[in-house]
Amino acid sequence: MATDLNILSSNLNEAFSGKVVSLEERLGELTLVVKSGDMLGVFTRLRDDADLRFEELVDVCGIDYSTYGSELCEDGKYLPDAPREGARFAAVYHLLSVSHNVRLRVRVFADDDAMPVLNTVTGIWPSANWYEREAFDLYGIIFVGHPDLRRILTDYGFVGNPFRKDFPLSGTVEMRYDAAQQRVIYEPVTLEPREITPRTMREENYGRS
Amino acid sequence: MAEIKNYTMNFGPQHPAAHGVLRLVLELDGEVIQRADPHIGLLHRATEKLAEHKTFLQSVPYMDRLDYVSMMMNEHAYVMAIEKLAGIEVPVRAQYIRVMFDEITRILNHLLWLGASALDVGAMSPMFYTFREREDLMDAYEAVSGARMHAAYYRPGGVYRDLPDTMPQYKASKIHNAEAVKKLNENRQGSLLDFLEDFCNRFPANVDDYETLLTDNRIFKQRTVGIGVVTPERAMALGFTGPMLRGSGVVWDLRKKQPYEVYDRIDFDIPVGVEGDCYDRYVVRVEEMRQSNRIIKQCIDWLRQNPGPVMTSDPKFGPPKRESMKQNMEELIHHFKHFTEGFHVPAGEVYSAVEHAKGEFGIYLVSDGANKPYRMKIRAPGFAHLSSLDEMTRGHMIADVVAVIGTQDIVFGEIDR
Repeated sequence: MATDLNILSSNLNEAFSGKVVSLEERLGELTLVVKSGDMLGVFTRLRDDADLRFEELVDVCGIDYSTYGSELCEDGKYLPDAPREGARFAAVYHLLSVSHNVRLRVRVFADDDAMPVLNTVTGIWPSANWYEREAFDLYGIIFVGHPDLRRILTDYGFVGNPFRKDFPLSGTVEMRYDAAQQRVIYEPVTLEPREITPRTMREENYGRS
Repeated sequence: MAEIKNYTMNFGPQHPAAHGVLRLVLELDGEVIQRADPHIGLLHRATEKLAEHKTFLQSVPYMDRLDYVSMMMNEHAYVMAIEKLAGIEVPVRAQYIRVMFDEITRILNHLLWLGASALDVGAMSPMFYTFREREDLMDAYEAVSGARMHAAYYRPGGVYRDLPDTMPQYKASKIHNAEAVKKLNENRQGSLLDFLEDFCNRFPANVDDYETLLTDNRIFKQRTVGIGVVTPERAMALGFTGPMLRGSGVVWDLRKKQPYEVYDRIDFDIPVGVEGDCYDRYVVRVEEMRQSNRIIKQCIDWLRQNPGPVMTSDPKFGPPKRESMKQNMEELIHHFKHFTEGFHVPAGEVYSAVEHAKGEFGIYLVSDGANKPYRMKIRAPGFAHLSSLDEMTRGHMIADVVAVIGTQDIVFGEIDR
């Protein structure tokens, strides 16, 4: 496996010289970071190049990096303790090559934090269709060129992007049947945000003298 | 001549053939499907968001509730992700126990699938037989974890505890008198391994029974042969994994190709289909049950001969021993911290996948060094399969939609998460 990854990483460097923002190996997994402008060319090449041939897109995962590494808590919400460098939203693509038996993770950051926009890869792998809809629904990342970018997991008429770090865990509305109106109604939540186990960090080498 | 228009039909979410809460909006031309638009998310519980607010250990029981017919396999992917990220060494005995229970789970899943999908296409009786066998395996779950379904048995660093030496017994009641109970308890006199060995010895004959009901059954073949055909290239492009991919003839099984735990020491075969239709996927899954049975037998033999620890001895990740906790102040503190604050996982990201009964079940875990995950993404096999429903049913009749939903082995716990 380790030699496979070495071959793969040299192949990647060769194929995408100048387009690779970073390429690192950790825990036996390769992570490639590319710019959002280059993503379509890179992904097409990843699928079609005979030395790469990633036939399967296994997963697309949206991430909100806004509170990464933070342990400051206020009203049950974690705050970014220092303004982060780099973009807030990213999509992480997990690729699998059935013919070469290797995996690759590709991370693409969306440049604009206020309106994260990426290109769709549905034209390259049809399986991206629902995964991109999910990232759009939960994080509000817009995939340009997607044939059917609708919400997928949340309720009909849902407002907000629930997996963003600034969205409360309890949500914003609750639903009940109202006997007087004889229908189901939505109301603002009455739950108090509370946290039983706080999020904590440890300094380096804690407890391992 | 009158103009004939397509019409739209709603299917579900409360329909017995929808395998849960699937809502389908079907566009029909007569009885032929023109477009199928699955509406999912009716069971969405935001497991991934909840996990961000729980310690690593507290999320283990949530995993059971994802794919609620193959519980322990979900836990497996999750604990493996933590172990990989934190560099925890798992004792070999725990690895064998995990492999054994993974295969028990695979049989559990395939038995339910076999019964339910046969019922969908009109065969009533397999359901009763498959649930009879499921009962025994559920008892094995109960013996090790105390719960029939939501076990929470796998823990980061090993498994909760070693296999029990005795099996729970039936007690006499109004329904079963002492004599009947004695007969029921006949194979429960020894340890869990004895009970499972007895199961493994009779299970192949049970699979033969299911096959006599279905494999050459004319009605069953009419409903499944040539329905929902997917070519190997298309199956890969659509993100298929597991039996769905193998049914199309692609030789791909993580247990062989990227072996985890002790699968590389175990002897088993991978069945592969030819046509890529519903019938081939049925044959693949039935053969997988026989192979799982083989794996369980090998695990039983190994576990009998090799006693040992089942939980990592690393005090930062495994709980302290009960006896030492009662006598030792340090251990008491460790125990308290382990179950309240939880352990801290080093910063980094990892993707760990297992060959789940339905396909590739993966956990993508991002940690920033805290006692809770920063982001956890669940890669559910059924999500990719269901997204291809439109393509698989297009041009088929309404009744075939049910056969295709059946063959995809849909469970909404994992799709909606």
